[in-house]
Amino acid sequence: MIQDYTYPEVYLYRRLLQAKLFMDAHFHEPINLDSIADEAYFSKFHFIRIFKKIYRRTPHQYLVHVRMEKAKQLLQSSMPVTSVCYACGFESIGSFTSLFKRITGRTPAEYRKQQLDLIADKKSTPLKYVPACFAVKHGWTQISNF
Amino acid sequence: MITKINHVSIFVLNQDSAPDFYVNKLGFKVHTDVTMGPGKRWLTVCPPEQPDLEITLMAIDEGMMFKKEAAETMRTLVQQGTFGFAVFECNDLLATYEELKAKGVEFTKPPTKEFYAFEALFKDDSGNWFSLGEKK
Repeated sequence: MIQDYTYPEVYLYRRLLQAKLFMDAHFHEPINLDSIADEAYFSKFHFIRIFKKIYRRTPHQYLVHVRMEKAKQLLQSSMPVTSVCYACGFESIGSFTSLFKRITGRTPAEYRKQQLDLIADKKSTPLKYVPACFAVKHGWTQISNF
Repeated sequence: MITKINHVSIFVLNQDSAPDFYVNKLGFKVHTDVTMGPGKRWLTVCPPEQPDLEITLMAIDEGMMFKKEAAETMRTLVQQGTFGFAVFECNDLLATYEELKAKGVEFTKPPTKEFYAFEALFKDDSGNWFSLGEKK
């Protein structure tokens, strides 16, 4: 384990990280980016500029990204689409659906069907998803029920 | 003609705990997780921007792949940190270093400007080490 490493911008990076981790943990709640900027001791303008420079997305873009990734995860469960929408912090099913389609190319329902079909296929024919050379090396191709 | 690589392997001591490291700490996604039977799990993860690159988290078990002595030797070598299986890349090394550290990743070398790169080194939960560099 290395000793405490420090560098000139350490406090800036740690403040931005706290803002990012806050969004990771509270994405499902209404988040006021003004107050996050305040908590990080930045003006809103500087917060957005520095956040984007480091994380390649504005804070708002990052929050949408986190919400979308969680939505994709929840759509692989039996949770109704409407519930997924609100569980991820979106405020209306209409805007959630159109944003989801814009980002993924599919509606939430289409995405869910595709993912559940894939999960079922992996469960019923797992060897299809294992490169043949590895399956042979492990002796898995000798298992008769697959 | 070979066009790309689509699977690479990382040998891990515990396939049950490895996802917590690679998914929850490094931010990778599970690509394939299928089980052929007890002790026969095929588990791959992928970096968030390379969904087609499957990193196989390979168990080190006695079987057709490893004889008993070879498995024991391999486990010891992994535990000793013998292997550096990959060089990872990020957009901002200091930001990534702070985040991974906050999530409990153990660094063996802090972000350091070398003649060849701005680089840090960290270990996974098995002992494997990795280089993390900043995208140019």
